[in-house]
Amino acid sequence: MSTAHDTVDFAVALAMFEPVLGIETHVELGTNSKMFCSCPTAFGADANTQVCPVCLGLPGSMPVVNRTAVESTIRMGLALNCSIAPWCRFARKNYFYPDMPKDYQISQYDEPLCFDGYLDVTVETDDGPRVFRVEIERVHMEEDTGKLTHAGGTTGRIHGADYSLVDYNRAGIPLIEIVTRTIVGTGSLAPQVAKAYVAELRNLMRALGVSDVRMEEGSLRCDVNVSLNLPGAELGTRSETKNVNSLRSVERAVHSEIERQAAVLTTGGRVIQETRHFHEDTGRSTSGRSKEQAEDYRYFPEPDLVPVAPSEEWIEELRGTLPELPALKRARLQAAWGIGEHELQTIVNAGALELVEAAIADGVDPAAARKWWTGELARIANDRDLELTDLPVTSAQIRRVEELVADGSLNDKLARQVFDGLIAGEGDVDAVVAGRGLAVVSDDSSLLAAIDEALAAQPDVAEKIRGGKVQAAGAIVGAVMKTTRGQADAAKVRALLLERLGVSE
Amino acid sequence: MTAITRAEVEHLARLARLQLSADELDHYAGQLDVILQSVARVAEVTADDIPPTSHPIPVENVYREDVARPGLDRAEIAAGAPAWQDDRFRVPRILDEE
Repeated sequence: MSTAHDTVDFAVALAMFEPVLGIETHVELGTNSKMFCSCPTAFGADANTQVCPVCLGLPGSMPVVNRTAVESTIRMGLALNCSIAPWCRFARKNYFYPDMPKDYQISQYDEPLCFDGYLDVTVETDDGPRVFRVEIERVHMEEDTGKLTHAGGTTGRIHGADYSLVDYNRAGIPLIEIVTRTIVGTGSLAPQVAKAYVAELRNLMRALGVSDVRMEEGSLRCDVNVSLNLPGAELGTRSETKNVNSLRSVERAVHSEIERQAAVLTTGGRVIQETRHFHEDTGRSTSGRSKEQAEDYRYFPEPDLVPVAPSEEWIEELRGTLPELPALKRARLQAAWGIGEHELQTIVNAGALELVEAAIADGVDPAAARKWWTGELARIANDRDLELTDLPVTSAQIRRVEELVADGSLNDKLARQVFDGLIAGEGDVDAVVAGRGLAVVSDDSSLLAAIDEALAAQPDVAEKIRGGKVQAAGAIVGAVMKTTRGQADAAKVRALLLERLGVSE
Repeated sequence: MTAITRAEVEHLARLARLQLSADELDHYAGQLDVILQSVARVAEVTADDIPPTSHPIPVENVYREDVARPGLDRAEIAAGAPAWQDDRFRVPRILDEE
């Protein structure tokens, strides 16, 4: 028997086996109310303040379907090139676990609302971008479950206790589950394909506006199935890794599971069909309970709800609301801006595509729009744990900063300070510049005084430069920039310094 | 022919978290078999032109608009809960891990 820590190196594993993936993704829809009742869906509310008789499963309560949730699911299905079922039902998935007070979850079983679609994803390889078509088996509707906090016993927080506390705020929030068919032929790109697929799903849902997909809040969760087989042989036994809740984790989970299964198989072991739990800290998974067979859930049609039977007219109306899909939009903008795949990816990864597009439409220089949104502004958003779109920076402000840089009033470093001031609420660009006293020092005499001071402080460096080591000038220029608090033009300082010392480049 | 085996009853009992003795299993397996065989007679009168019924009323597409309304007052919920702690329902742990 091998242990969880025995692995075979990834490259070695891939030389022997072919990986096969399957990904189930659950996404909370961004509706105002729950799937089957009118309770609010705000994230982070106090425990059990967004619950009612329906989502608490109280006797006599009856669910009614949220129209917007159905529409969002159909729109997502259409964007994933799926067929839409003309008639389908909800089903009860019966199980005993206190995360659902009804002892069942309302889901869809053999009649999903959307089926047979695909999503093309692009992966960067050494030979350039490569497109993989991920086939979608189904997209169905269901409800999220409540949140359990385990207390007592093994945690040692409450001695002798052994119980869980349940918050049902999340129970009943609309979920869609998107299930792929087996993804084959990825070879060593399997981890990247898995990540690219989930990233593209996220882009799609944001573009459609059906979910804000805040992964850190758990609004998108993945179960990743992995199996290995010898080339030409039948599919191997798969494991299902749960708790995979970030793009990076999707990639790591596939990578580590390939290494783990390869170790089991090459030491004469057998991969067990089981649920595994992914741990963000170690990047590895541990074994959970053996997977229950599907019939153990005793699915049956939900008698409290009537069938969903979208008419052709309704479906076409929803098709008409689809925005330009992300892949097409990226291709269009990449061509329009004349940038390479790598730079495009930088913008996409920063979540700045729409912001850059809007800034350019507002007359901001394209290079400047890309530079600020993927650079300083992305950094500030990241530092402050904000979404880029939440930053209170307008295209007009970026234009004004660029004007000031162009006429020499600001340099790059000072411009960054202006954005800092804008976000700190210090007023408009000119107000921040005036308030912080930001201006490039262009007065030669004060610059020369600062240069002399720096030379006197570092006589050895001064000697080196005089001796012809021009590259040593950086130390003096740096000191001058520090004295002037970044308000000097570095190129000008350098020129003045060399002139002062009678050295040429 | 039996409609349900003793092994199936044992499996269902486990899923329903019911602990049945060997005598009880024999007893209920026999009873359930009679019930299922009786219900199965309904199948004799069905024909291909009769679709399975999952809902007594032929209604489709009943929806509510996506408007949020406040739910129950928490104190009221707490009062009805068998056990309550830290604004949450307190339940026995039933699995070793989530």
